[in-house]
Amino acid sequence: MNKTTMFYGAMLVVALVAPFVGYPLFLMKLLCFALFACAFNLLIGFTGLLSFGHAMFFGSAAYACAHAAKVWGWTPEVAILFGTACSAVIGAIVGTLAVRRQGIYFAMITLALSQMIYFFCVQAPFTYAEDGIQSVPRNKLLGLIDLKSDLHMYFFVLAIFVGGFALIHRIIHSPFGQVLKSIRENEARALSLGYDVDRYKLVAFILSAGLAGMAGATKTLALGLATLTDVTWQMSGEVVLMTLLGGMGTIVGPVVGAGVIVAMQNYLSGFGSWVTIIMGATFVVCVLAFRRGIVGEFEYRILKRRNGGH
Amino acid sequence: MSLHRTPAAVPRRFLREAVRRLACAAAVLPLAWAAPAQASLSDGVLKIGVLTDMSGPYSDFVGKGAVIAARMAIDDFGGRMFGKDIVLVEADHLSKADVGKNVAQRWFDVEKVDAAFELNNSSVALAVTALGRDRNRITVVTGAASSRITNEDCAPATSLHWVYDTHSLANVVGKAIVRIGGKRWFFLTADYAFGHSLERDTSNVVRAAGGTVVGGVRHPLDVGDFSSFLLQAQASKADIVALANAGTDTVNSIKSATEFGIPKKQRLVTLLLGISAVHALGLPAAQDLYMAEGWYWDTNDETRAFGRRFAALHNGRMPNAIHTGVYSSVSHYLKAVRTAGTDDTAKVMKAMHAAPVNDVFTKNGRIREDGLMQHDVYLFQVKKPAESKAPWDYLKLVETVKGEDAFQPLSQTRCPALLAKGRA
Amino acid sequence: MSEIFGVPVQALMGQLTIGLVNGCFYALLSLGLAVIFGMLNIVNFAHGALYMVGAFFSWMLLNYAGVNYWYSLILAPLGVAAIGVVIERTMLKWLYQLDHLYGLLLTFGLALVTEGVFRHYYGSSGQPYDLPEVFRGPIDLGFMMLPKYRAWVVVASLLVCFATWYVIEKTKLGAYLRAGTENPKLVQAFGINVPLMITLTYAFGVGLAGFAGVMAAPVYLVAPTMGSSIIIVVFAVVVIGGMGSIMGSIVTGLGLGLIEGLTKVYYPEASTTVVFVIMAIVLMVRPAGLFGKEK
Repeated sequence: MNKTTMFYGAMLVVALVAPFVGYPLFLMKLLCFALFACAFNLLIGFTGLLSFGHAMFFGSAAYACAHAAKVWGWTPEVAILFGTACSAVIGAIVGTLAVRRQGIYFAMITLALSQMIYFFCVQAPFTYAEDGIQSVPRNKLLGLIDLKSDLHMYFFVLAIFVGGFALIHRIIHSPFGQVLKSIRENEARALSLGYDVDRYKLVAFILSAGLAGMAGATKTLALGLATLTDVTWQMSGEVVLMTLLGGMGTIVGPVVGAGVIVAMQNYLSGFGSWVTIIMGATFVVCVLAFRRGIVGEFEYRILKRRNGGH
Repeated sequence: MSLHRTPAAVPRRFLREAVRRLACAAAVLPLAWAAPAQASLSDGVLKIGVLTDMSGPYSDFVGKGAVIAARMAIDDFGGRMFGKDIVLVEADHLSKADVGKNVAQRWFDVEKVDAAFELNNSSVALAVTALGRDRNRITVVTGAASSRITNEDCAPATSLHWVYDTHSLANVVGKAIVRIGGKRWFFLTADYAFGHSLERDTSNVVRAAGGTVVGGVRHPLDVGDFSSFLLQAQASKADIVALANAGTDTVNSIKSATEFGIPKKQRLVTLLLGISAVHALGLPAAQDLYMAEGWYWDTNDETRAFGRRFAALHNGRMPNAIHTGVYSSVSHYLKAVRTAGTDDTAKVMKAMHAAPVNDVFTKNGRIREDGLMQHDVYLFQVKKPAESKAPWDYLKLVETVKGEDAFQPLSQTRCPALLAKGRA
Repeated sequence: MSEIFGVPVQALMGQLTIGLVNGCFYALLSLGLAVIFGMLNIVNFAHGALYMVGAFFSWMLLNYAGVNYWYSLILAPLGVAAIGVVIERTMLKWLYQLDHLYGLLLTFGLALVTEGVFRHYYGSSGQPYDLPEVFRGPIDLGFMMLPKYRAWVVVASLLVCFATWYVIEKTKLGAYLRAGTENPKLVQAFGINVPLMITLTYAFGVGLAGFAGVMAAPVYLVAPTMGSSIIIVVFAVVVIGGMGSIMGSIVTGLGLGLIEGLTKVYYPEASTTVVFVIMAIVLMVRPAGLFGKEK
């Protein structure tokens, strides 16, 4: 436990120093996607539900937040909360439908419903379809601190990320989280123990949707735009890949996975059409040979060595 | 290349052309002499970026070809500016606005790129235009068609829009078709902002020119099968079936239209279709279609020579209007830097505005106050398979529409910066 | 002239016929998915990509080898089936002991790779595949002029669908298949090579997708994205029908094609979303799907 605290402390120091070394905008994007992947992981890694439509939460919150900040001129924290609330509401509706089926059907239903949201976003006038909502202002935090500077914005994003991450950490280690894990391990047994499984799943789903929305809303303010890219099924696929690559069911795995994928997209943009192929191939390799993911594999090795030593 | 010119503007033009030719021929000679004595570059080197879609849905229309065109422009300029090699960087934005904006921001903030070109797909174009305004860097949009670039989201101090916008497409097609007898129109419109504005603009033009709109149907994006909508178009008995959609949607609607025999009784008009799409469709399906274009390779000796040169570098694919637009905008930018003697944004923009655009893309093009490059636009009809003599021999000219008639008059601008200036 | 809600009956009949054509593609694809799911318990996300590959194969056969439509109607699905064999033997078979979700993830990755490769080599704007000579021109159905090729799509797809249904439900081979689904160990004990059966089932399922691709090539543009745009709709179709029965997936596919056709007349703006709305309704009323059995 002590080691864990030290690890998180070290990570926090790195995050605090990072903007002075790296490029703040890229780091903000990374943090947002990391939070998105963590939210997704709450569902797949700790509840065993594979949602193939998480882009709908990410994207709709992005649009809601952009609209609130740009058209209504809301302050950033309220705009983000509004985006989060919107995605949680959508999450409640989608979740109610989706938890009625299990496993693969669950994946297909979420995918189909997210496609429906995508079509809605194309047609709805306030999203400006393929133009997207552009030049979204960051406004003043609490009406006081101007977030125009990338450095200010970075620390705001970092605060949101840390908050979201801590919340997820708390959920996982709470009694509620334990029930979720037991559902993942054996749904029938959890049911027979008297847990209202569907209700637990639904709550987990809403939490995950809300947090994914929070990530999307924050990304919108950080980058200043909300576009259709955020709601496409490819985006849903990307977050699955981030989590799979980093390690499903590990706490920091999604953060690592998101880092790898976002960096890949930014710095390999010279690869052109190969990016999709590389992503697909990563999927295949992960599933066939690397199912624990980067962090999962790491933890497994350490655990094995420790057990072997004794 | 030929020296064929309209007589009116020969002397100045000739001189200009002669200078350019000298520059081309003297690629090895340092061009610093031609520049004013105090010529300098802020960071010692002129760096331009081509940011485009190389893997997404528009990669065939822009993509690698845009980079090739920019490279050609630099080579023709002599490759050097004030004695230093001009640097060209390229990036793929994967058709994602956030990736595009991130790359452009890195270019402007860290890599000292002086100007960004192409920027296809309107979400990327708008994002990078806004960024250019913020960072005081020149951005030139060629591939995106949204008229917001020079209206609601304009940045007249830093941004240019080169090839076309939805307004000019609607205008050219509407005016020219009504003139040649297409009076009763039916619209097949993509049900989102882009399609709506295309339909609205075109209907206004059609009505103003004396035509009528007898009906229309709105289809969602990516609907796949268009036959059902085309049956409705057929039932409307309109003369003209206008396709206010883009990309695969247009291509699929044309395919189904041919299958249902629509071109036999009614005429099919596309509002946005490049020659690359005609190539994808094949002449049997695309024949007789009307389309508006800013440029076509088989127009005169100069364009043909440019087309062949480009094709030799691009797997035999002829350039489309966007590719040539990139060539034209990069050339114009380089000339302006030389004239201004600096890469300072305001001075270069001033020089770009001052000089007419005279190159393989257009003659006597003019950059307006709102950043729009105004030039002649053409209405073409796709040839029948029997008329096509060679690969890429696809279009025949129907009408030439003068720049001032094609584009939205400056008096109707919705650009806030210009409106504010007007009021002041 | 009589009208139904302001639309002439004749026009309505025309639209329904068109809807049926689209329904045929849904039926062929969801049938393939159902066959694979029944035997392997895997949702084949690569189904759309393989449908695209089928269309591209027929285009390649025509353009590189001069093989006409009729031969590619056999050859292209065989080619896709061969790819299916490779995928099943080299990748899928390692996943049977794991959670079914891994099958979905793997095939999703394969779909991305396939789409990316075709986009890299053939560009994004697609390739034209001209209608075979025989099918040019329309047939007069009395209420509409139906292009001959569309009529052929309906006839051929229905034949293939019902042949598949017959083989699986009414023949001995089908009985083995169904038994293998229920209890593979027992069937193996009877001396039947279950792994081989699984491979062939997967190959057959994706072969159906390849067949649908060939059928689609002359109607739609042969483009790398043609698979991903249809597969999500087909997933919704599968959720509505429930993958339990072969006949169920055929009927649902056709039915949704018809409903979509009607939407295009009465409320065209919603024609891409109507399938998803129906899915939501079905989930509320009958979670297991129209033809599915609650497990």
